[in-house]
Amino acid sequence: MNPAVLIASIYVFALAAFLGYQVISRVPPLLHTPLMSATNAISGISLIGSLVMAGAHFPLVAHLLGFAAVTTATINVVGGFLITDRMLRMFKKRDVGTSSKVVKS
Amino acid sequence: MSPATLLMEATYLVASVLFILGLKAMSHPESARRGMFYAEAGMAAAIIGTLIGQHIVTWVWIVAGLLLGSAIGAWMGLTVPMTAMPQRTALSHAFGAMAAALVGIAEFGVHGSEMSVFTRGALGFEVMLGALTTTGSLIAAGKLQGVIRGAPVQFRGQQALNLLIALGMVGCFVAFWINPAWLAAFYAMVGLALAFGVMLVIPIGSADMPVVMSLLNSYAGLAATATGFVLGNNVLIIAGTLDGFSGLILSILMCKAMNRSITNVLFGGFGSVVAEASSNAGGTMREISIDDAAVQLAYARSVIFVPGYGLATAQAQHVVRELAEVLEGRGVTVKYAIHPVAGRMPGHMNVLLAEANVSYSSLYEMEQINPEFPSTDVVVVIGANDVVNPDARDNPKSLIAGMPILEVDMAKSVIVLKRGQGRGFSGLENPLFFKERTRMLYGDAKSTLTQLVQAVRHV
Repeated sequence: MNPAVLIASIYVFALAAFLGYQVISRVPPLLHTPLMSATNAISGISLIGSLVMAGAHFPLVAHLLGFAAVTTATINVVGGFLITDRMLRMFKKRDVGTSSKVVKS
Repeated sequence: MSPATLLMEATYLVASVLFILGLKAMSHPESARRGMFYAEAGMAAAIIGTLIGQHIVTWVWIVAGLLLGSAIGAWMGLTVPMTAMPQRTALSHAFGAMAAALVGIAEFGVHGSEMSVFTRGALGFEVMLGALTTTGSLIAAGKLQGVIRGAPVQFRGQQALNLLIALGMVGCFVAFWINPAWLAAFYAMVGLALAFGVMLVIPIGSADMPVVMSLLNSYAGLAATATGFVLGNNVLIIAGTLDGFSGLILSILMCKAMNRSITNVLFGGFGSVVAEASSNAGGTMREISIDDAAVQLAYARSVIFVPGYGLATAQAQHVVRELAEVLEGRGVTVKYAIHPVAGRMPGHMNVLLAEANVSYSSLYEMEQINPEFPSTDVVVVIGANDVVNPDARDNPKSLIAGMPILEVDMAKSVIVLKRGQGRGFSGLENPLFFKERTRMLYGDAKSTLTQLVQAVRHV
């Protein structure tokens, strides 16, 4: 990695940290659980690094490690987004009166 | 730069922007779902961009991994119950960290000798954080699921052993950083990091899990950031940093909510401490019958429910909502007071109540609701103990002194639903239970509440 790229990366990191602090601080405690599963799904973006390991011109060992990484990262992306959406769907402003009684366990 | 590479870089930029917009939309429940669609679109774009822009020669492992991961992810995503959300989240921290660690190990195997000093350092962080977060999160998930005993595991010389492992780990890191040909040092670091993750989490009790979960979240995110530095990939740096900072902010909030420092949570082993007798607790607890409680509730003008983790273990969320509805039908104002550490992960109680169809507009945070207690007729405490313990405020010698509490004892009357006469996880007596205005209602929360619903209907 040449120094120019490194410095650019550090800039990106610093700005992302600042932005992250600003954005996350505005999330109400009400949504902290969905937040955690959402950021988890988003950080599953490391999938793109795993894809390269699993498929580019590398020895078999790298492919196997890449395959395992693709699998676990995909679990996080797919599972994380599904669960986040399932949770967010439940947050309703007013329950719908009669229909909510049908749902009771 | 070839058109394909250019396209790939463009999708990364789009993904970064969409991720940020997605998290920004999380600031309100109305917009949060839409925000997640942005994030999902960003993720899809980045994946497709990578597959087009990178020189992929073998598709079999990619397709197999994507299919297998999607199948497991979809199964987990659709079937995990909301009560198991903390375990699921801990597991996903483990998966995310494992992906980072595996990519790092593969990267070291392929390019290790030709890496710049800086890249090798970032790779070391990636693999070390990845490995220790993997085992740490697995232990946390096991404790939360009840596969591993939740009680803190402590033994003589533990701190010294931990220090030794940590030093060994850092030592190996420095060794292969200086001399990349020294493969043994690299793999020893991986092994020690795996062990360190285990050691980090076993001394921590289940009740401290909200802090640990947030910390592991932060580590998993930072491992992804380090991956971004190794690969020189900005979208990874951005997404990982957002995740890392989110976890860090949540850890700080959780520590504040328990008035403890992170070091105290990590090394304190709080749950095992045998409490000294607290000075304010004493006297007799007064019991109340279901019918009397029902009358009290039915003729109140305002009622606040204070749910704790006991509510979730009793699976009583739906019955609480039913009781609230019956009371609201009689014109009673009903609110819910949520302490930040109610539940096993940040915000857990809100999700459990939302699942039971409780409207989020009746869920109140501690700061919002505390001024309302003095003018509230009845407060119903369900399976909560330490978060309503007035000793935290009044008794400077108490173990939980200074922890912010829901000031339930200010209310005109309090009904405490409790399984038995035992103490909370911290082993502390709770003076609230002995107050003149407090009545105890013993029994399983779910059946007690079901009986209360019936009784209120007949008032």
